[in-house]
Amino acid sequence: MDAAIEVRGLTKRYGDVVALDGLDLDVPAGSLFGFLGPNGAGKSTTIKILTSLAKASSGRASLAGVAAGDGEANRRGLIGYLDQSPRFNGWMRGREMLELVGRLSGMRGAELRSRVDEVLGLVGLLEAARRTIGGYSGGMRQRLGIAQAILARPPIVLLDEPVSALDPEGRRDMLETISGLRAHSTVLLSSHVLTDIERICDRVAIIDAGRLVTESAVPELLERYAMPVYRLESEADAVAALSSLADAMRGQPWITSVDLSAGVLRVGVGEQPDAGQRLLAMVVEHRLPLVALERVRPSLEDVFLRLTGRAAKGDAM
Amino acid sequence: MIGLTAMLAKELREQWRTRRMLVVGVVFIAFGIASPLLARYTPELVSSLVAEDGVVIEMPPPTTADAIAQFVRNIGQTGVLAAILLAMGSVATEKERGTAALWLTKPVTRGAFLSAKSIAIGTVLAAGIIGAGIAGYGYTALIFGAPSSGGWAVMCALLLLQMSAYAALTFLGSTLTRSPLAAAGIGIGALTLVALVGALPVIGAWTPSGLADEALTFATGGDPDRVIEPVSATVAVIAVALLASWASFRHQEL
Repeated sequence: MDAAIEVRGLTKRYGDVVALDGLDLDVPAGSLFGFLGPNGAGKSTTIKILTSLAKASSGRASLAGVAAGDGEANRRGLIGYLDQSPRFNGWMRGREMLELVGRLSGMRGAELRSRVDEVLGLVGLLEAARRTIGGYSGGMRQRLGIAQAILARPPIVLLDEPVSALDPEGRRDMLETISGLRAHSTVLLSSHVLTDIERICDRVAIIDAGRLVTESAVPELLERYAMPVYRLESEADAVAALSSLADAMRGQPWITSVDLSAGVLRVGVGEQPDAGQRLLAMVVEHRLPLVALERVRPSLEDVFLRLTGRAAKGDAM
Repeated sequence: MIGLTAMLAKELREQWRTRRMLVVGVVFIAFGIASPLLARYTPELVSSLVAEDGVVIEMPPPTTADAIAQFVRNIGQTGVLAAILLAMGSVATEKERGTAALWLTKPVTRGAFLSAKSIAIGTVLAAGIIGAGIAGYGYTALIFGAPSSGGWAVMCALLLLQMSAYAALTFLGSTLTRSPLAAAGIGIGALTLVALVGALPVIGAWTPSGLADEALTFATGGDPDRVIEPVSATVAVIAVALLASWASFRHQEL
């Protein structure tokens, strides 16, 4: 399959800080491609270079065969882009803003009006379309951001954290909308919410410290990297004991990852055959009032935590 | 320039919707009307103030030339202030807020983005001075008798050219920085520098500040002997400032 986005040896330095360090990436045409990495990994920098908003220190990138960096892909209308914190001219009305985007892309008259209506309906902003954007909530601005990115049906859509400000229902709806884009666009989707990526993306790339860690189809990645994971849940009033157990686990060489959030401990155990018994022994030793201990299907998050080495250190993403 | 027409429409709509065009228009028209009125009543006002102390000041009766001089002074100062205020946030604010990045990922060249903004600022200033010119001319004609309409029109054009120079310099500041206040500082700094250089002999004629005197000469029916120097210098300042804005902006990361 041809690559819609090609990145070769992409490097970006800000003084002494290396944001991208020889990144290589191929995003197949027609794919919904998840782009993952911890904070500061270089995801947004990569997208900024692809949109010609930043220049690479070295290396090259292209979109649909057009070199990125000088704005040519933008001028040809090849990309739709949503920033991680979308900003708009507050005095404009939602519909007015989309009409301008359409006009810039060569749409006119009835075609423009009908497409704007269609996209406003798709993102659930039809009723708010006549209001000025300055009065929109964060979620509404994010919906409008998605709308402007897809309005002109660009062949490549770059979405940086597109659903971070949405409530669960809005998130579900927008993910469905994004999922439907693969019919006519290649989508590069950067997100911290790995369950979202796992749910809708065909392939994912994980980057860390400006370098590609791995790139694969989602099922292959889970197959290749996911180690057994145990889920431990304690009584609600045993937060301190659970935290103490998590600290103790981080010191165990046979434990590959420890992630404690919302009173639930997820523990990666590598290839340890008697991991269940060992974990149970530690639970008893720490006198943890256990509610559940189960072996669960490894998720993309477990793979991510393992590959970026964040969990063992207890870092947040 | 891809996207110029659509972006210009957006910029003009912004000037209208944010009421900048309205405010500039009202202020300019107000000063246009006030100028001949001030010229007419200032001598009477001064005389009445000092008469109470028993002092008598003989003042010549006000003339059309006084009204024109007042107009040039008022609109010149107000215009420069308006030019700096309009241009200071034009690019810097969009960069700071992230909206420039939004538009520049669309089929819009950076040249078109800047051109749309500079044309919109020029349009607002032009609309303001047209309003002030018509109002000022009408009141001057009513109070003192009609001055030469051709000379008046040239005077307005020269004043517009002068304020465009300060707008262009502030626009350059707005492009170079991410802060409207820093841009205003650059505009005011340029204004000060031009005033200082304008006070120098010989070279002083080659600055935008020389335009006000020439504008006055035109409107009062005099013979402008040194109009080429300030006009060509001002056009050059505008061209260099806009080109420098583009040269800087085309390489900026947003």
